[in-house]
Amino acid sequence: MVTDVIAEPIDPVLGAIWQRLAAIPDPEIPVISIVELGIVRKVAREGDAIIVTVTPTYSGCPATEMIASDIRRALAQSGETHYRVETQLAPAWTTDWIAPAARERLRAYGIAPPGERATQRVDVSGLRRRPTAAVACPRCGSSRTTELSRFGSTPCKAQYRCEDCREPFDYFKPH
Amino acid sequence: MNRDQQLLDYLLRLADSDLILTQHLGEWVGHGPVIEEDIALTNVGLDLLGQARMWFGYAGEIEARVTRRGRSEDEFAFLREASGFRNLLLVEQPNGDYAHTMARQFCFDAWHELLLAELSRSTDARIAGIAAKGWKEARYHVERSGDWVIRLGDGTEESHARMQAALDDLWMYTGEMFESDAIEVALAAEGVGCDPGTLAPAWRERVGAVLAEATLAMPPTAWMQSGGKRGVHTEHFGHLLAEMQSLPRAYPGAQW
Repeated sequence: MVTDVIAEPIDPVLGAIWQRLAAIPDPEIPVISIVELGIVRKVAREGDAIIVTVTPTYSGCPATEMIASDIRRALAQSGETHYRVETQLAPAWTTDWIAPAARERLRAYGIAPPGERATQRVDVSGLRRRPTAAVACPRCGSSRTTELSRFGSTPCKAQYRCEDCREPFDYFKPH
Repeated sequence: MNRDQQLLDYLLRLADSDLILTQHLGEWVGHGPVIEEDIALTNVGLDLLGQARMWFGYAGEIEARVTRRGRSEDEFAFLREASGFRNLLLVEQPNGDYAHTMARQFCFDAWHELLLAELSRSTDARIAGIAAKGWKEARYHVERSGDWVIRLGDGTEESHARMQAALDDLWMYTGEMFESDAIEVALAAEGVGCDPGTLAPAWRERVGAVLAEATLAMPPTAWMQSGGKRGVHTEHFGHLLAEMQSLPRAYPGAQW
């Protein structure tokens, strides 16, 4: 979806703003940009003002306010004087919006990229009976990995351990 | 009570349960049994706090239509007295041991996920948007807390006894989650809110399945406490508020 929006070539000023936004790293995962993360939903013009619409990853993500101030700074540096950052909740962000190239960069950074989202009903059948998708170790590629904790260093990640190279790693949870 | 007053009250119920449970989860910071649990509990709290802030934001806008001045999220959280809070009694119960914390969490999560799934179909687009966002988080929460009920229930003799005791202690606060009042019935009829009574069968089925796997007994249905939605709270609540509100009350308008 993000690439569709970027592909709109109509307005060169908006195109230039997209380029600037694409250079803003995610504050907590600096190897990917906020555009690649899929949280910049729209850049539009309203009168003489530029409106950037973003959607939060998780409801309480503490990076949200920092991202908004990074966007405002980028707009000011582009010479814009009238601009606004708006938040849009629906449709809710999903890891499906993370750009393919960014997934590889996550892996190279040591974070296993998100797998497929569970679309079925909530499963409370317990750890032993719940089928878990194999998460490949981002360091050695082994799929013999174990979930250590359902939450990692940020709300969007879980903690895993590789049973072959024995390294712990973060898994970007499908959401 | 006109329609906007009803909606305001309803939004505060949603916000307050999230906020108060977050406050209790935050009490575990630095005290979790292992660091992963410390992190997990606060991450669950972070999700719930984010949801609370969105509900408070909308509540403030509705209040502005009722009284011409809507309160900010901080005013809602820090400057109301106990009787102004609309949270469930369940979430204000103290942390106790880890079994109590996880039993409280599971009873809440199992309900919260069902509620948010319903509200994500609300005819009110703001409610639907917040609920759809929160629902994705609640799905994850209920799987995690369900795992802990099973792990402790089907664990050692000691952990089993503690989890059973926790469920027995908290059970009387679960009935309130399914009691409907005039506000909920009216908003459900419009398709805006949810009549919580309709969630009871799915909740009992889900909780029953987890307790069975955990080798725990579902406590008998006996007297159920209620009052949170009317602002009538248990004795623990005043202490929680005193701690949560002390800084903004001692230093009004403090910023950091």
